[in-house]
Amino acid sequence: MNSNPSIIGTSPKRVDAREKVTGSARYGQDLRMDGMLFARVKHAEYPHARIRSIKTARAKRLKGVAAVVTAADIPGNPAFGAIIIDNQPIAGDKVRYLGDAVAVVAAETEAIAERAVDLIEVKYEELPGVFDPREALKPDAPRIHEKGNLIVHHKTRKGDVGVGFGEADRIIERSYSTQRVEHAYIETEVVVAYLDPDGTLVIKGSHQNLFNIRSAVAGVLGLPLSKVRIIQASLGGSFGGKDDCMAVLGCRAGLLSLKTARPIMLSNSREDSLVESYKRHPYFLDYKVGVKDDGTITAMEINIVADGGAYASMTQFVTWRSVVHATGPYRVPHVKTDIYGAYTNNTYTGAFRGFGSPQITFAYESLMDEIAGELGMDPLQFRLKNVLRDNDVTATGQKLDHTVSVGEALEVTTRAAGWDEKRKKFPEENAGRIMKRGIGLACSYRGVALGAEGVDATGAIVRIHSDGSVDLTTGLSEMGQGLKTIFSQIVAAELGLPIEKIQYRETDTSTITDGGPTVASRSTIIGGSAVRKAAIAAREKLGAAAAEKLGAPPAKIIASDEKIMVKGDPVRAVSFREAATMALDAGMNLSSFAWHVSPPIWWNEEEGRGDAYFTYVYGCQIAEVEVDPETGRVNVLEVWAAHDVGKAINPETVRGQICGGVATAIGYGLLEEVEMVDGVTKTMNLDEYLIPTAMDVGKIHAIILENEDKYGPYGAKCVAEPTAELCAAAIANAVCHATGKRIRDLPLNLERIVLGHKLVKKKRRVR
Amino acid sequence: MEIILTVNKQSRKVEVRPAETLLDLLRRLGYKSVKYGCGEGACGACTVIMDGRPVNSCLILAVTVDGREVTTVEDLGTIQKPHLLQSAFVESGAVQCGFCTPGMIMAAKALLDRNPSPSEDEIKEALDGNLCRCTGYVQIIEAVRLAARRMKAEKKKN
Repeated sequence: MNSNPSIIGTSPKRVDAREKVTGSARYGQDLRMDGMLFARVKHAEYPHARIRSIKTARAKRLKGVAAVVTAADIPGNPAFGAIIIDNQPIAGDKVRYLGDAVAVVAAETEAIAERAVDLIEVKYEELPGVFDPREALKPDAPRIHEKGNLIVHHKTRKGDVGVGFGEADRIIERSYSTQRVEHAYIETEVVVAYLDPDGTLVIKGSHQNLFNIRSAVAGVLGLPLSKVRIIQASLGGSFGGKDDCMAVLGCRAGLLSLKTARPIMLSNSREDSLVESYKRHPYFLDYKVGVKDDGTITAMEINIVADGGAYASMTQFVTWRSVVHATGPYRVPHVKTDIYGAYTNNTYTGAFRGFGSPQITFAYESLMDEIAGELGMDPLQFRLKNVLRDNDVTATGQKLDHTVSVGEALEVTTRAAGWDEKRKKFPEENAGRIMKRGIGLACSYRGVALGAEGVDATGAIVRIHSDGSVDLTTGLSEMGQGLKTIFSQIVAAELGLPIEKIQYRETDTSTITDGGPTVASRSTIIGGSAVRKAAIAAREKLGAAAAEKLGAPPAKIIASDEKIMVKGDPVRAVSFREAATMALDAGMNLSSFAWHVSPPIWWNEEEGRGDAYFTYVYGCQIAEVEVDPETGRVNVLEVWAAHDVGKAINPETVRGQICGGVATAIGYGLLEEVEMVDGVTKTMNLDEYLIPTAMDVGKIHAIILENEDKYGPYGAKCVAEPTAELCAAAIANAVCHATGKRIRDLPLNLERIVLGHKLVKKKRRVR
Repeated sequence: MEIILTVNKQSRKVEVRPAETLLDLLRRLGYKSVKYGCGEGACGACTVIMDGRPVNSCLILAVTVDGREVTTVEDLGTIQKPHLLQSAFVESGAVQCGFCTPGMIMAAKALLDRNPSPSEDEIKEALDGNLCRCTGYVQIIEAVRLAARRMKAEKKKN
């Protein structure tokens, strides 16, 4: 039995847009419950210190205070973590960064809770801190965790770099660095924790990865997983950012709710969020490349140190993605890459859209332009000579068995941007003008979904009701990316229904089994496959129920136009609703659960090689900029962004992802940095932490490439993250084209453009 | 102290606390579309229209709005009967997470009320105080242009 998936490749309206434009969508901060208390956190006063004593008696005596909890009140594990169990929702013996909590207060109002926090007295023994990951890895560095400061070391090995450098005509060595940046979702983190009458602890809030948060809360509070229920409120942006820090909030509020038997709201102010929530890893990258005079790359040796901050969080996974992709999408016969993640007393770092790729892409794509410059080659031609093609072997030894479209992306994008002409024309024209014009490009390849990071599987439930309406449930979450719409489209396609008939149920850990996190741009390819399977299974049942009445074998029956009909004979049909009723009357189960597991892949950590991902996506972005050499201001005039998504299930949503990713990368390239001095955050709100506004984003041309992949639903792969990993590098290359200045450190802010170095705020501000 | 203000054409007599902001007051009165994002006028998520002008409600003390007229996105339209700006946002793909959307729509409404045919640059300038981290603003700007066209056509009809 088949369907007519004509809705695939079209752009129906988002299924969750109407409630959002009318203001009726309910986000975490909108939640209120009877008897609800408000929590505030007593944060650490030193970035690295041993806690000597905590006096809470005065805070407890304050009128309106219901409870004050410290680490001593935690009934379960003192910490949680993805692999290394080190993140302490309330610090016990030691604080490791200024976002650590030493106590949490619940009171009748937020103002009372604030006052109570000020009444808590903590005595510390200050310890020497480490704020540079390269310093942290030295043998005599202060130890932040008992096992030392090395979180992880990953490597990639291919061939013999000694041989490769021997074959080279030139060796080029360059160092780059990237900065700490904030997700800057407009909604700050918030939870409401309460106890259901049956004793289940419910944590509702701004969650991205509900099952991760459930594991953390259950572990820390000593509860079985079945007694913890995580519900997602409408989520005001996440970009990888509302995972570990939400688990922290969930543990703190959950503990207070258990203590007081009342609902607890814990919401971060923007200042709390900037200090407490994890950021994107700053990287220090050293590249050594061997290249022949004809432009052939012979070898690459790469050394990277990542600042993990106070807790491991996703550092192991982030750095693994970096080690796999560090050479960029190029044929390199000899590769030696090492990456080290280190603890420091800075705010910890974790997942952020791109996940270890924006850093390396900035480095290797700046480097490719530098090498092309040394060789006197055009950056496009140099890349086209070296990029991966069909059946090529990657730096990790993986043979690519799908359409490798990085060359196509380069060609399409440069054609659209008028590359050849502008590369020639701008330097000539710049001689006579004040504002210098430049154009630069960057390309990448990106492993889709989790890869060999871990098991990659998820489930979906499709339930057909007696009236022909349909419920869809998955464990993956809407963050704004359009997941509800894409998944609803897939069900509509397979059941032959209009999308309005599909109701996506809010994500809730009590409704479906753990299907992993909503990360790694995996939702469409992994989640979409599960949704499709569940919808097909439900459709087969309707077909079986209708077959007898229609007098045709199930293989001849299709679902289309809200009917179950005989293929090629639309008169022989029953309505979808009728078929549903018939199936239910026949005692059939019209609820289908399907599970999708990603194709097999492998990684040998000892040898640093493997088939890291089951498929890859490719993209290219070009930035055209105008630089004011007097002020250092860079205007991004136009961006061309081509991304191979396999198949665009909803082209408008894909375009939204591309434009959003480009804007995030413009911020990364030009504006953004969470400045920290000796562990103290200097950028405390959105007046100091600048993200792009409507005035900062130039014209963006989104170009969708479609090379269907055998592993994706309808051939679809992914789009969310690759869009955010390219533009910073493209801008750096464009600025160099405009001014002749090569800037190897992000962001390219005014002072770096004019002075060549960054300015640091020196004065210590008391929080 | 007690003040009287008009919210979404309804006159309301309310008791306000000295340090309470208009943002806090509106949310307390149930206008939950008005969002907290930064508390200092940097993000625009709390944008409402006060006496015809877009304002950051987090920067305004509630005691100062006595006698003023405030409009939030709740007044524009409903799910069943959306305002042209709201439907343009839906159709243009201008909504992703939706958290900035109410403030963004109010900033756009204030613009179109005073300038029914804004240029792209004028739209960007009018939305410069409203941060969006999801969309890159492209589809938001398209939505405002679409709404402007439709609102003008509608006006002509009437």
